Amino acid sequence: MNRTIVPVVVSASVLALAACSTAADPGAGESSGGTTDLAASITQLDGYTDGTSAEAWQSMLDECSDETGVAIERQSLPTSQMMPTILRQASSRSMANLIFVDNPNVQQIAATGALAPLDSLGLSADGYPDGIAAAGSYDGSLYGLAPGVNALALFYNKDILADAGVEPPTTWDELRAAAAELTTGNTYGLSMALLPTEEGTWQFLPFFWGAGAELTDVGSDEAVEALTFVQGLFDDGSVSASALNWNQAEAGDQFTAGQAAMTITGSWSVANFDKAASVDYGIVPIPAADGSAAPVALGGEVGVISQADDAEMAAAAAVLECMTSPEHQTYWAEQHAYIPGQTAVAEEYGAATPTMQAFVDAVASARPRTDDLGEAYPTTSTALIEAVQNALTGQLSPADALNAAASSVSSGQ
Amino acid sequence: MAVSALSVPRPVAAPALPLLERRRRLAGAAFLAPAALYMIVFFGYPMVHNLVMGSQDYSVSSFYTGDAPFVGFDNYAAIFSDPAFWPTLGRTAMFTVASIVFQFVIGLALAVFFVRRFPLSGVIRALLLLPWLLPLVVSASVWRWIFDQDNGILNIALRGAGVIDEPIGWLNTVAWSLVSVIITNIWIGIPFNLVLLHGGLQAIPGSLYEAAALDGAGPWRQFTHISWPLLKPVTQVTLVLGLVYTLKVFDVIAVMTGGGPASSSQTLTVWSYQLSFNEFLFGQGAAVGNLLIVIALIAGLAYVRSAQQSLRSAS
Repeated sequence: MNRTIVPVVVSASVLALAACSTAADPGAGESSGGTTDLAASITQLDGYTDGTSAEAWQSMLDECSDETGVAIERQSLPTSQMMPTILRQASSRSMANLIFVDNPNVQQIAATGALAPLDSLGLSADGYPDGIAAAGSYDGSLYGLAPGVNALALFYNKDILADAGVEPPTTWDELRAAAAELTTGNTYGLSMALLPTEEGTWQFLPFFWGAGAELTDVGSDEAVEALTFVQGLFDDGSVSASALNWNQAEAGDQFTAGQAAMTITGSWSVANFDKAASVDYGIVPIPAADGSAAPVALGGEVGVISQADDAEMAAAAAVLECMTSPEHQTYWAEQHAYIPGQTAVAEEYGAATPTMQAFVDAVASARPRTDDLGEAYPTTSTALIEAVQNALTGQLSPADALNAAASSVSSGQ
Repeated sequence: MAVSALSVPRPVAAPALPLLERRRRLAGAAFLAPAALYMIVFFGYPMVHNLVMGSQDYSVSSFYTGDAPFVGFDNYAAIFSDPAFWPTLGRTAMFTVASIVFQFVIGLALAVFFVRRFPLSGVIRALLLLPWLLPLVVSASVWRWIFDQDNGILNIALRGAGVIDEPIGWLNTVAWSLVSVIITNIWIGIPFNLVLLHGGLQAIPGSLYEAAALDGAGPWRQFTHISWPLLKPVTQVTLVLGLVYTLKVFDVIAVMTGGGPASSSQTLTVWSYQLSFNEFLFGQGAAVGNLLIVIALIAGLAYVRSAQQSLRSAS
């Protein structure tokens, strides 16, 4: 209960302070070095449509609107409609001024030339870990900043593990053994979401990278090793074959229903799991092949500013600066179970919320999916999850599936 | 021009008639204009745009810059040489034919059944329309739960009845995923067939059946010699519309399986979407879309032809 009230009070008082400081200092547009006036209003597009997060986002927008004096016209859409809408707006030159878009899409949009480089608007990625800065950059320029990010980790049901006398796994062998041992009756050892979309690729990447494979070579021996390991989990019967069709929310439902002893999901699930309150859970990093924590992919939405006239871009920059202020990073983390973008803020948050420390660590070393491939990432991602599905349905061996993926990637480029 | 001049053989009445004629034509054009404008803006333009897009290297940038290099038939070449092409076309054919056959046969059987009036027949017929009224996303989500391997009611029922020992992976095995989406699509399509065929059956004069009954024709002969031949125009419309509707089915598959697992339920529409919005290869996505338009067009033309022929033979 307190968790939902305290941050509001905190950010309200911060707001009061901020209001004072902006009164003394004539506007955020100043920081860009110019004397640009702020536009009276901007449009904003985001993907937070479900109850709690939509409300929390709205209250952040309201506060930033008060703080900057810029009216914000908000539009929010289901994630699946974000890219089609952005493209449509781009072609009719009616893009929202400020857009919070899934980070692997930033490069695609930046490549069109539709986005404004943030450095020219007086914003920088100071204090952000390299991974987050890279996810928001294209061609050496910074285009996006995030109030919060997320990453995957391994959730386990404390009661089920304690009853079975199983410790949370820290290596691949332990993970496979634990998942097999925890599979009894109607309960599977592990649930995950390997559906044939980007969401599936994102879930597979910790194993892929954890084996030492790289997206630049999806047919490597390390990639085969990763897929063979995941196939082993399915062959053991430790993961339901339904995982090939589940999205992450559905895989998470299995966990809260007690039908999966462990699940792989992101920090945002904490909010849902706490609401369901049916499972006493712990969180550990996903193990890599060598027993360390697997590198996971960086998740989360990045705020980008579209090309417009100077006043609108300055206003959007002022709002983005406010949305990514330390106070709002923390508020968003509390409300939506994201991890604050800036390292110092994230560490403070981790110290105050020990259950989230695993995610704070994961995010610090998380890799942006577009780091190696840039705009070419979607083609590789599609080929990779197709290979995973081909192997897990028994259509092809892991090696054949990944070789087919490698050749389809090279023929497509 | 020459024809209209020749077709006005009375020069005396000429000054009055053209004015009237012109006015009538003007009025006709005015009445046609809204529909024509609508067709051009909302049907012609997107279709032409899609055709053009199919011959362009249309990327994410193209949306913003408007620049999309012309590549001729490269997109089509890429699609036809893609190893996924023939299997996807095959699945599309399978999905379409199986859906239409079962929708039509079951819809026709129900239509014949409901032509007889009996207590509550109206209510039950109205209830049967329900699948048609539900948003496709809702129906598909419900069927997704029904088909769930571990907790779905279908597997539980089949196991309870002793039909199967092990749960079937309806949505997550290559063998069953296409069957599952076809079953769902049949369920969704039955009411459409029922309504059209029921309307067609009601339009057949009852006196024909009375006469046939007097001549000693049983129900089966009445159906094969009266209902079926007189229903032919409605049947044709139903099948052609059914074909077009089924070819373009996207929501059901997207919600239930996303075309998976391992592309085993992927049809041309789903493939087109994935090329466009997962891989951002909009030119290739448009090319697949154009292919669908051609297939639907062929079916439509075949229908128009056969409809004209039956008109001619009737007159």
